[in-house]
Amino acid sequence: MDRYQSHRSLLLKLLSAVLVFGAWEVAGRIPVSYAFPTFLESMAALARMTFDGTIFVAYAETLKPLLIGIVISAIVGIGMGLWIGLNLKSEWLFSPIFVVMQAAPLAALIPILVMIYGIGLTSKVFVVCIMAMPVIVLNTSGAVRNTPASLTQMATSFLAKDRDILLKVIIPAASPIIFSGLRLGVSAGFIGAILSELKITPTGVGDIITYSRSIADYESMYAAIFSIILLAVLFLNLLEKLESYLFEGNDRGYVSD
Amino acid sequence: MPVTDSAVSVRNVSKSYGQVEALRDLSLEFPRGQLTSLLGPSGCGKTTLLKIIAGLLPASSGTIEVGGKAVVGPGPDRAFVFQDFALLPWASVIRNVAFGLELRGVARSEREAKAEKYIREVGLAGFEKSFPHELSGGMRQRVGLARALSVDAQVLLLDEPFSAVDEQTRRKFQEDLIALVQNENKTFIFVTHSIEEAVYVSDQIAILLPRPSRVHEIIRPSISRAQGLGSIRRDPEYLDIVDEIWASLRSYVE
Ligand SMILES: Nc1ncnc2c1ncn2[C@@H]1O[C@H](COP(=O)(O)OP(=O)(O)OP(=O)(O)O)[C@@H](O)[C@H]1O
Ligand SMILES: [Mg+2]
Repeated sequence: MDRYQSHRSLLLKLLSAVLVFGAWEVAGRIPVSYAFPTFLESMAALARMTFDGTIFVAYAETLKPLLIGIVISAIVGIGMGLWIGLNLKSEWLFSPIFVVMQAAPLAALIPILVMIYGIGLTSKVFVVCIMAMPVIVLNTSGAVRNTPASLTQMATSFLAKDRDILLKVIIPAASPIIFSGLRLGVSAGFIGAILSELKITPTGVGDIITYSRSIADYESMYAAIFSIILLAVLFLNLLEKLESYLFEGNDRGYVSD
Repeated sequence: MPVTDSAVSVRNVSKSYGQVEALRDLSLEFPRGQLTSLLGPSGCGKTTLLKIIAGLLPASSGTIEVGGKAVVGPGPDRAFVFQDFALLPWASVIRNVAFGLELRGVARSEREAKAEKYIREVGLAGFEKSFPHELSGGMRQRVGLARALSVDAQVLLLDEPFSAVDEQTRRKFQEDLIALVQNENKTFIFVTHSIEEAVYVSDQIAILLPRPSRVHEIIRPSISRAQGLGSIRRDPEYLDIVDEIWASLRSYVE
């Protein structure tokens, strides 16, 4: 991307943010509902929580299952995806599990998890993984399977070993779709983390949401929701940086034929 | 022309893709140090034959020998130029050209020096850092050509290597190819759709029948290249052979 383009895309992002927040502010002022504060009120609540430190204490709690879950999902998910993608037989064996996992209503599974693993960190990590892992596995295995045969054949003809074909052809070819799976997985993991705090035990950001709703402090509730969205967006941007660092060619477009 | 031994022997090779029978009982000798063209209608199995010689596809029956040894898979004695280029879209031109050497474990500085040389040779100097999507079709094709040349294989398998380059470049490449055949003791197997091109560059032309494919006829143009390359195209024998091949292919087009 050249400088002009990157300026433009930044400008567009800012513009869309202003539009969304403007609409929020207007909707809060009408008001749409007595339980819907304006944007500025919510920001004030966020500032208050930031200065008295509540938000940091909350995130220290929420980030634990979230990060552990995402790291496990990414490593196990990509590993499983590669393995399933490379072995025809394992597709029959494992793919259905992840398809079911992706389709299962998570809320229905939570009581079972709590029964098995209790209400501690383990259950919450599980919820994050159940949310994040399937899309990572399915994207990775699909991308591996769709590596252009002409590229693997070319590498074979130039005497590539299996390891070279995996590292120098299959993974780079699959990386854009693996990363889009990671992005979807991370977003789902954020949902899972909050869901687990709302459904298992109220801790961290989930606690702020539950508690402030119970005392009708809607500004704080929306401030907490806003902060988690903000964090997710930051995290996704970080992932994008990692992708263009690891796979330089990915943002260079692809040969169409 | 002196009788030479075969660099590649194809003996009674058949190949079926499920129901589709691509090659049937095909035998052909490729003399060492010479250029043999495969000429035949589209879909008759030229790419298939090339890939079997490369060791990329197993033959359904029959044997292939390269340098006296039976082919069981790809080897360092053969290099392939693919009809669909097969470039890594995420890698720069220089990395693509050096990819064959990279896979052989050649050190980076050495392989890049070699790659640069062949990039210059195919006329892509200045595009080392470009990516395939930034190149035209003909330029991509030349990257594939440079990649195959850089590994220094004894047998070069060229699947329509000039199909996407313009007529001027094509003529220059044909002359370069003739020079390459004369200067280096390498064996070239060359697929083309152009009768003129085949007659111009080949020591031997194998005309294949449509599927299931066998060798219909082998023609050895004995045109003297002594008076310089330019005069070949005006040589009456050149014109006769072009007519002769056209006559035998014509029945399949109609
Ligand atoms: N992987 C495959 N699976 C099934 N059939 C195939 C496969 N590859 C080629 N064929 C069939 O084999 C026949 C020969 O194909 P091939 O690509 O060798 O032809 P070709 O002579 O190279 O044609 P062209 O001049 O158009 O490149 C075709 O009829 C094609 O349909
Ligand atoms: Mg072909």
